[in-house]
Amino acid sequence: MSVPSLEPAAESQFGPVRSSEGNPGGPVLSLRGIRKVFGNHVVLSGVDLDVQEHEVVALIGASGSGKSTLLRCINLLERIDDGQIFLKGEDTSDPRVDLDKTRARIGVVFQSYNLFPHLTVLRNVDLALREVHKMPKDQAEARAMDLLDRIGVADKAGMYPDRLSGGQQQRVAIVRAIATDPELLLLDEITSALDPNLVGEVLDLVRALKSGGSTIVMATHEMDFARSVADTIVFLNQGRIEESGSPQQIFEHPSSPATAAFLERFRR
Amino acid sequence: MSEGGIEDDWTPSPIELERRAFARRASVKSILIAAASVVVFAGVIAVILASSTGWVKVREAFFDPQVFIHSLPAVGKGLLQNLKILAFSVVGVAFLGTLIAVIRTSRSPVLFPLRFLAAVYVDIVRGMPAILLLYLIGLGIPGLRLGGRIDPVLLGTIAITICYSAYVAEVLRSGINSIHPSQRAGARALGLSHMQTMRIVILPQAIRNVIPALMNDFVSMQKDVGLVSIIGVVDAVRAAQIEVARIWNFTPYVAAGVVFILFALPFVRLADWYTKKVRTREQRGGTV
Repeated sequence: MSVPSLEPAAESQFGPVRSSEGNPGGPVLSLRGIRKVFGNHVVLSGVDLDVQEHEVVALIGASGSGKSTLLRCINLLERIDDGQIFLKGEDTSDPRVDLDKTRARIGVVFQSYNLFPHLTVLRNVDLALREVHKMPKDQAEARAMDLLDRIGVADKAGMYPDRLSGGQQQRVAIVRAIATDPELLLLDEITSALDPNLVGEVLDLVRALKSGGSTIVMATHEMDFARSVADTIVFLNQGRIEESGSPQQIFEHPSSPATAAFLERFRR
Repeated sequence: MSEGGIEDDWTPSPIELERRAFARRASVKSILIAAASVVVFAGVIAVILASSTGWVKVREAFFDPQVFIHSLPAVGKGLLQNLKILAFSVVGVAFLGTLIAVIRTSRSPVLFPLRFLAAVYVDIVRGMPAILLLYLIGLGIPGLRLGGRIDPVLLGTIAITICYSAYVAEVLRSGINSIHPSQRAGARALGLSHMQTMRIVILPQAIRNVIPALMNDFVSMQKDVGLVSIIGVVDAVRAAQIEVARIWNFTPYVAAGVVFILFALPFVRLADWYTKKVRTREQRGGTV
């Protein structure tokens, strides 16, 4: 099932691509030695990762390998226990940074959508534009309507999220995350809660974002999708990056036995 | 009995007809039993009252129709005073209760002293009989001699506000805690500040979840406003008391009771109706 108005030719239809202002040519996101511990349980132990502008990175790995935790750390929803996070060269793991301002630069889409059930679809999308970026109401609504139109749910703008299908809700959540034109987009297993027949429309939207030039880090269990859309595959295993590289390299010639064993389980 | 516009030439089967007839007979039977039960109960009570030696005196002292009608204007005028106090207290409680609930659910270390004070406030006020709070404020504050006479209506309003803010704050706090953390995560991920998250995302959902409990507090509050009579406000209760003292008959108390009940009834029904509506919606499995 494909989304109308999302032909492959329609490049950069999701607005102008941001240029790296702070550090031209440098990575959008740099992780150095990220460590995260819950009680006695070490979730992440020394993760290093660079994400370049326009790059799509797919985090793969078993449940509990730390994919979601890593994304929550990047967005500062979890405090890391060691290491550093750089967003366009700025150390966002410094306790002195403004958490709200940093989060406003990063878009996040959650596994369970996390749309606000008491607000209309339109209000969900224009909320951050109006409240965080202080855009005038008519301008914010026009931008939100435009985005909703592109994902084919403009007619549902005045409805509450529970009236939409799971796939529609997740696509609304995605445009909510990109409405403010974030420098980095984090997708946390965004198709895991969806019926199999609704997965396609959400993945098509992610493809459109990629062709629009978004910089994306996504945790996913959709191996075929990761392979076709990601520039880099990162395999997380027991809190570390076991192996990373191009999809071809990882899927066809994994150098680590753990990677090979993990991928083997996904082949039918 | 058409449903969803599907047309067919269905007629009830004999088994279905038999089931419906049985259900009808059963419901007629239960109505008859209920009616008989009411008659028997009322009869028993009437017999007990009539055979008690004091009934005639009690009827004269408490249920004198002429005194009842005669005392209504005074009691009704008093009730207006209750309504005035209620209206101002409700606004005060909405403000103070929300403030305390937000403070108590905050996590900022800066707010620690306020959080502590809020907890102490809630503990003290909820643990104290409302009547004592009224005495302390209604008699204590004028005792400070801050200059000028303070209207007991104002003092009563303050006391009721302080009392009910503590209850409402706890109800709201439970509502705030009932919102799933993913909603907060979703809001913070958009870059909303803590206060924005609270105002736009958490509180609207929290209040909706606790509306039945809040309505219950409201009903309870409008009745407790009658307590202000003890600090010298001429409200419905006090007006009844004056009438009782004047004509040496207790019927004005009954009149005040009836007036309070009549006034509370719409809100009680409204609260029941809303609670039922919320319950059926939840049982349907809706998400909002």
